[in-house]
Amino acid sequence: MSTLTVQDHGVHHDDHGHEHHHHDTFLTKYIFSQDHKMIAKQFLITGILMAVIAMILSILFRIQLAYPDKAFPLMETLLGRFAPEGRMDPNFYLSLVTIHGTIMVFFVLTAGLSGTFSNLLIPLQVGARDMASPFMNMLSYWLFFLASVIMLSSFFIEKGPAGPGWTIYPPLSALPKAMPGSDMGMTLWLISMVLFVASSLMGGINYVSTVLNMRTKGMDLWKMPLTVWAFFLTAIVGILAFPVLVAGVVLLIFDRSFGTSFYLSDIVMGGVPQSMEGGSPILFQHLFWFLGHPEVYIVIMPALGISSEIIATNSRKPIFGYHAMVYSLIGITVLSFIVWGHHMFVTGMNPFLGGVFMITTLIIAVPSAVKTFNYLATLWRGNIRFTPAMLFAIGLVSFFISGGLTGIYLGNAALDINLHDTYFVVAHFHLVMGSAAIFGMLAGVYHWFPKMFGRMMDERLGYLHFWLTFAGAYLVFFPMHFMGLDGVPRRYYAFTEFESFSRWLSVNTFITWAAIVSALAQVAFLFNFFYSIFFGKKATQNPWNSNTLEWTAPVEHIHGNWPGEIPTVYRWPYDYSKPGHDADFIPQTVPFSETMSSNLPHDFEDNPVGLEEHNKWVSTQRSEEVK
Amino acid sequence: MMAQIQQEKDRLDLAPKKFNMWIFIFTSFMFFAALTSAFIVYSGGKGHGLSINLPGVFLYSTATILVSSITMFLASRAAKRLQFGKQRLFLWSTIALGVAFFALQIYGWSLLVNMGVYFSNPNASQSFVYVFTGMHLLHIIAGLLLLANTLVGSYRNVPQVKNLYGMEMSGIFWHFIDIIWIYLYVFLILNQK
Repeated sequence: MSTLTVQDHGVHHDDHGHEHHHHDTFLTKYIFSQDHKMIAKQFLITGILMAVIAMILSILFRIQLAYPDKAFPLMETLLGRFAPEGRMDPNFYLSLVTIHGTIMVFFVLTAGLSGTFSNLLIPLQVGARDMASPFMNMLSYWLFFLASVIMLSSFFIEKGPAGPGWTIYPPLSALPKAMPGSDMGMTLWLISMVLFVASSLMGGINYVSTVLNMRTKGMDLWKMPLTVWAFFLTAIVGILAFPVLVAGVVLLIFDRSFGTSFYLSDIVMGGVPQSMEGGSPILFQHLFWFLGHPEVYIVIMPALGISSEIIATNSRKPIFGYHAMVYSLIGITVLSFIVWGHHMFVTGMNPFLGGVFMITTLIIAVPSAVKTFNYLATLWRGNIRFTPAMLFAIGLVSFFISGGLTGIYLGNAALDINLHDTYFVVAHFHLVMGSAAIFGMLAGVYHWFPKMFGRMMDERLGYLHFWLTFAGAYLVFFPMHFMGLDGVPRRYYAFTEFESFSRWLSVNTFITWAAIVSALAQVAFLFNFFYSIFFGKKATQNPWNSNTLEWTAPVEHIHGNWPGEIPTVYRWPYDYSKPGHDADFIPQTVPFSETMSSNLPHDFEDNPVGLEEHNKWVSTQRSEEVK
Repeated sequence: MMAQIQQEKDRLDLAPKKFNMWIFIFTSFMFFAALTSAFIVYSGGKGHGLSINLPGVFLYSTATILVSSITMFLASRAAKRLQFGKQRLFLWSTIALGVAFFALQIYGWSLLVNMGVYFSNPNASQSFVYVFTGMHLLHIIAGLLLLANTLVGSYRNVPQVKNLYGMEMSGIFWHFIDIIWIYLYVFLILNQK
């Protein structure tokens, strides 16, 4: 009875070949594509462009911090009215940090990271022809693109982009007259983010549905690569958290434009008391951080999944503690929803509630540490191949440790009284979610570049890129810890003008130059990336001798991924260097019957027939040895 | 025959899409959960309760949308039994009831305004009533569009698989927004004082 099928877009006809089913024009192939591989590339390239823009913004405000009283005529040429006489406008400084944060957190590390790798890898690694709904997938990209355009367009309006920080706390974000960055720029920010959330939700819904419904034969949940586990759980976090941000933003829009006072109370502007009363700005913080904290796990979990895969492949060893890795991801997923209060310790929160949030926050260190130790144990005595992807994955582990440790201090409600809103916080999250996540993303780009573009990236440029970025990131963010311990507040335009902080000027100059060097290092990556798309060495089908399903698909991209039947999966994805096998990897598609010499009793835990065969085979081997 | 079934298997594509709808409902549910939580945090923290009696019209609108769920169910059953005339009739009545619900909610707003309960209000608990109902009405519009789409498909005699698929998608969504309204209504009733 199940022969009844429905012709639909994105459904592939193997028997007829491609010439029958799609007449790809330039428009449907590259622009309005519904193919998950093309959408992944669209996300990646848009993400990279947004990252470059956000990085340039950060260099601009770093220059301001390092040289607060110098005028740069070039700056006036570049920025016009935002830098009159070559000195940056203080309001524009606030806009720069706001948009830098927003683009990096949402547009690069959420959409750029999840959008690229979930789209590319979920169908390829679980063995599906495409996403559950290719059309929705396309819509997800185009909403993201529109959101990016709107966000950037705010640079071209009179009062400049949004300025209340990426957390857009009211009242600054709720009163258009509060400062230049609260006006039109803030409105555009809100519109852009609503579109962005719609895009993220569409993507996330597709990822979850694809993982749960469209796995190939034999691919049970415990045979999924850790990348897929990570993307899956990330998507769940997004689905549960983003609607809450929308709720918060909807109320904010009403406060801005319809005269309600959900968040506003006791406002005096220019000496004139305003009519809004009765609102609670803390309410916004609750709604924002209920998304905001899970959001940092949305950023880091895909990076963790990617590095699990890359570290196992390039250590030529099974990932250490596969189940523990999955359970710690699940643990992080659950805990991420009950820790948001640690962003609000100093809002006058009941100390008992602060204690509760402190405990849940510190508990999250446990699954994070499990993951870290498992990475290290996987590397331990591995036959390590230092490909650029591997270096970046190891770099992620390094940043995750050094940034994670300071999280334990910040999670403490008492210590946070000193540390909140200082550079200590800036240092912490730039290491643990900024640098770590971007290293995971770069690792993924180097590793799956052959899958995406059929060519290899240049290794030497990759090494150059890695070492400069790795050293640069530490040189930029490490000194910030000490500034924070000294009480230097974040988001200040020229804090070195205060006498007590003036000694930090030399450190600021140092950080700025370290940032400029690491920004220049990205040129090596950008050149490598775009050059290799067209002129890189042609890739083989499985360049890293990897086990997962995506490397069984042909190098040439076809709609539907595999030319014939979708391959069946027989084993977990981490059979690297299995004793008794002639090669150091066994792809997931190889049945146990073809690898008798390397099978172990625990391979047949839920397969008594297989175990019997295995025992028979072992005993015949033994009796032959005796002869 | 067996071979054919095997080959077709990886083309079966409607189940995951239906699953998408269920997940979407989750996101929607989280949205309303966030709004009602915001109400609790606000009224608890500020000591401003709703302190009004909801206009009685909301009881009638609740009844209307409950009945529309029943007609929706009847339409689905008719579609499964290949009684397309009946399916269309019940779809039409579901849409009509949905529009009626919409009108009643708007009427409820006008009653609230007459009571002096404005959207722009120093007691945001009262503004929340408008937010709850307004955001829910956006969902009603989406639901009506889905229903209309299914109805149009039914008039165009799309294949039965697609017809049933459309019925299920719009049905899941319609029942969901029905349940969400009941949740919001009960929530408001419990917090009126």
